[in-house]
Amino acid sequence: MSENFERYQRQLLLKGFGEAGQQKLQQAKVLVIGAGGLGCPALQYLTAAGIGTIGIVDNDVVTLNNLHRQVLYTTNDIGSAKVVMAAFALEQLNFDIDIIPYNTRLTNHNAIEMIAPYDIVIDGTDNFATRYMINDACILLNKILVYGAISQFEGQIAVFNYGTKAANYRDLFPSPDNTALNCEEAGVLGVLPGIIGSMLANETIKLLTGIGEPLINRLLTYNTLTNQSQQFTISPRQETASLIPINERAFAEMNYEVFCSVTNPFDISPKRFDELLNDTTATIIDVREAGELPLLDFKNVPIPLSQLSQSIPVINNKVIILVCQSGKRSAQAAKILLDHFGGEKEIYSLQGGIVNWKKQHAENVG
Amino acid sequence: MQTNIFIFGQLTDIILKGELTVNDINDTDTLMEHLNKQYPALATIKYAIAVNKNIITKNTILQDTDAVALMPPFSGG
Repeated sequence: MSENFERYQRQLLLKGFGEAGQQKLQQAKVLVIGAGGLGCPALQYLTAAGIGTIGIVDNDVVTLNNLHRQVLYTTNDIGSAKVVMAAFALEQLNFDIDIIPYNTRLTNHNAIEMIAPYDIVIDGTDNFATRYMINDACILLNKILVYGAISQFEGQIAVFNYGTKAANYRDLFPSPDNTALNCEEAGVLGVLPGIIGSMLANETIKLLTGIGEPLINRLLTYNTLTNQSQQFTISPRQETASLIPINERAFAEMNYEVFCSVTNPFDISPKRFDELLNDTTATIIDVREAGELPLLDFKNVPIPLSQLSQSIPVINNKVIILVCQSGKRSAQAAKILLDHFGGEKEIYSLQGGIVNWKKQHAENVG
Repeated sequence: MQTNIFIFGQLTDIILKGELTVNDINDTDTLMEHLNKQYPALATIKYAIAVNKNIITKNTILQDTDAVALMPPFSGG
């Protein structure tokens, strides 16, 4: 205990924390889902604080463009499994605790088994399908969920499924917004997940030791540009219960990918897009904001989504193909134009966006 | 009667500012109708609505100087 005492000495000094608090951390089991921008700082502080058992779920490998925000990894780790490199780094930080890496994608077929042994789940994932799935699994298993999410310069944190009259993610967002952009599309400054991920660790430590006022049934928002932070109360809704699978079997039968994605009637495949590229009656409109990369090497008219409504009078061609990075904003644009023109024009949106189109081309060539 | 609207995340790409004031709107349903008309792209997005820092689940009567927040979900991690 003498080495341990010294390791944790500065937090043992804290009022309301002490040896009893340290004991609670030592006995706790926390599962961190997603070892990315939010997961890395959360893992680092939870490990340093002496959480007894920490599970890490991720099936990704480290890439160069992860390193500006995923602070557990080094340039040497590129190409290696994130959970393996994270476990390695964390064991060096604190050999006193059990780190359990799960190098797999969380699905509704393994989530119950994986979450069951843990006390608290931290959601640091990067997609809605997994977020809804984690929420539902935590309700079925009666586990506390510490939620964090980021977009560009803003973050959200909340504690769900705690105690009686607990609110959950679906009380806040009953169904997914298929237009929301992830970091790959929208960009993110590395410091933001650093702040929000650290807050996830902080909420977890408060919940485990019983100090302070964790964000139970509250959503905290933080904006790094303005430094404004606000809190909102979330009340459980009666209707939410009907959205949650009733048991583990129903959970396993859910299709979260389909639930969180849409194929619109106006979506076209990259192949169909290539055919339309040769159609001289078609206008391609790039709805990304000015300055977004990559630049397009085919003829196009740039009209950012934010200015589309005002620009409708200048759209004259009969065939209109909308493009953006991922296909999400172009789908929004297609809805706006369809609302305006109805059947008057042929309106299409490139599904999967320029990113997917380029990828298909690279694969076909390579 | 005045309502102050605070806009979060991606919704600022549509409304092009973080704050907005509207006059003489009596409830949140009417407010949404008004905003959807002014910003058609808003109707294609799902987001949470809060009145005076409480997330609401149904149409809510607005009082003078109430603060309404429009908050889309974030997926990034």
